[in-house]
Amino acid sequence: MGNNSLHVLKGINFDVKQGELVSIMGSSGSGKSTLLNILGMLDEADEGSYTLDNVPIKNLNEKIAANYRNKFLGFIFQSFNLINYKSALDNVALPLYYQGVPRKERVERAMHYLDKVGLAPWSHHLPSELSGGQKQRVAIARALASDPKVLLADEPTGALDTKTSYEVMELIQGINDDGKTILVVTHEHDIAQMTKRIVNLKDGVIIDDSMVEQVRASQYV
Amino acid sequence: MFDIERWQEIFETLSKNKLRTFLTGLSVASGIFILVILLGFSSGIQNGVTSQFEQDATNSISVYTGVTTKEYKGLNPGRRIQLKNEDFNAVVNKYDDNLEYKSAFYTIWGGLVNYQNESGNYRIEGVMPDNQFIENADISQGRFINHSDIIEGKKVAVIGNKVSQDLFKGEHPIGKNLSLYGINFKVIGVFFDPGGERDESKVMMPITTAQKAFNGGNDIRNMSYTVKMSDNFDEAVKLSEQISSGIESDIKETHIIAPDDISAVRVNNTLEEARKIYSLVDTIKAVFWFVGIGTIIAGVVGVGNIMLIIVKERTKEIGIRKALGAEPMSIVGMILQESVFVTMFSGLFGLVAGLALLEFVGPLIESDFIKYPQVDFNTALTTVFVLVFAGAIAGFIPAYRAAKIKPIVALRDE
Repeated sequence: MGNNSLHVLKGINFDVKQGELVSIMGSSGSGKSTLLNILGMLDEADEGSYTLDNVPIKNLNEKIAANYRNKFLGFIFQSFNLINYKSALDNVALPLYYQGVPRKERVERAMHYLDKVGLAPWSHHLPSELSGGQKQRVAIARALASDPKVLLADEPTGALDTKTSYEVMELIQGINDDGKTILVVTHEHDIAQMTKRIVNLKDGVIIDDSMVEQVRASQYV
Repeated sequence: MFDIERWQEIFETLSKNKLRTFLTGLSVASGIFILVILLGFSSGIQNGVTSQFEQDATNSISVYTGVTTKEYKGLNPGRRIQLKNEDFNAVVNKYDDNLEYKSAFYTIWGGLVNYQNESGNYRIEGVMPDNQFIENADISQGRFINHSDIIEGKKVAVIGNKVSQDLFKGEHPIGKNLSLYGINFKVIGVFFDPGGERDESKVMMPITTAQKAFNGGNDIRNMSYTVKMSDNFDEAVKLSEQISSGIESDIKETHIIAPDDISAVRVNNTLEEARKIYSLVDTIKAVFWFVGIGTIIAGVVGVGNIMLIIVKERTKEIGIRKALGAEPMSIVGMILQESVFVTMFSGLFGLVAGLALLEFVGPLIESDFIKYPQVDFNTALTTVFVLVFAGAIAGFIPAYRAAKIKPIVALRDE
């Protein structure tokens, strides 16, 4: 955007193994969202390399990036980003549409994931008829629908109250327990403590990267 | 394009956004509807004006003969060329498609006409029924010469207003008998002529009667034709010249006249009056084209505007779809397909509604200057496609730009 380029990340080097649940922490401006966007191929790094599932991610054109996003990644946003005129079920089914899955199977699979996040009874509701926590769970179901390698969550609890946040984290932990790799960007310490590893960013560099004892969200719910 | 899944997605989007779909459709449909009505009435006014002035627009061709001035094929110059009934019929047969009115004339330049004690010297013309229209004679009383008068060679006469005033002195002339050189003719009509008193000092009778009464045999003095109105003045000039020169060379051939003898046969055509009417019709056409093009431009701008707003409104949705793995072109394609579908559907709806209105209301309009308002279906259809195409272009540019935006920018919370 614009002509002013700003170096946000100044040398980040880290690996995430399959099945990890990593939180990326940092104050605002530390570069955590930029890092996540690069990992999510929503943005591109001007230098350095990024390998996802042994596939080097570089020189992406829009089409290839779209395919990778579709196959490898699931996004969970702070503001949910559901399509407001589509029902919960249709929102969840959308990534499958872009995978070319036939309609009938799409609906079945979307229903399966909605059920998994406990929202099967709300499948035909519009996002505007759902609470914030429910919306985020629909978004999680949508992120899961395409069976991605990695889930990227950008402040998934940022717009939710504490109780709902813990419910969402419980869900995320459950998904991780099933073996999914998940990266969570957050600035809330209690949320970070619910992951297995915390990467701390400051001014574009990693100042701390350590494993933590996972706090199960279920004990708060 | 024929991907069922894509269509399902589109119909779902359209049906979930009923208001947006409805408003887009309404603006396109009403645009086309207004355009169709406008075009219809423009053609109606054109038809009306044309039919009002058609008579004056006719260009007439008159054929006269004279004396040959050149020797040709062993024939001496100085021969008088006499037109016959056959010459008239030959022209009629050959150019029937292009001729509207036709009349041969057998004229006595000055004839003494009596009614009781009044008398006067008038030009006497044997004519055909069509002459009423060739000369724009306006019948004020009675009727003009008709076909059966010609066939039966009836002794009837139509007199000019001047003759009526001179001889009848305010008496009702219809049914009275005039005497020409001792032969009685029954007056069947009185005419006015825009040409004035000179043209109203005439007595017209069936040409067959004139030929019989004045020893004319088969002879005719001259003949006049009017050519049907063409689409524009240039065509009219071309057609008129073509027919004139055709008639001239035909007559020269039958009467064995040198092709370059200009005084033996003279074919005149008048186009001056016609020029004015053609230019009036052209002006009307031009005005409506101008208005029509203006309407199309307004429609294009309107549709383009809607497309722009729609795409703007959907920027975030585009970002979401891209984050979920939609290829940029699939998004552009989807938006285009959607907008083309809506504009096409509603455009055709507006077209049909407009045509239906013209069809049902058109015949009810009672005005001399609006006749048969109707629209050329192809023109209307072309207009619909122009609008659809313009809408597609107008939608494509912002859609393409939106699809190019990085999803992260599109998703940014404002």
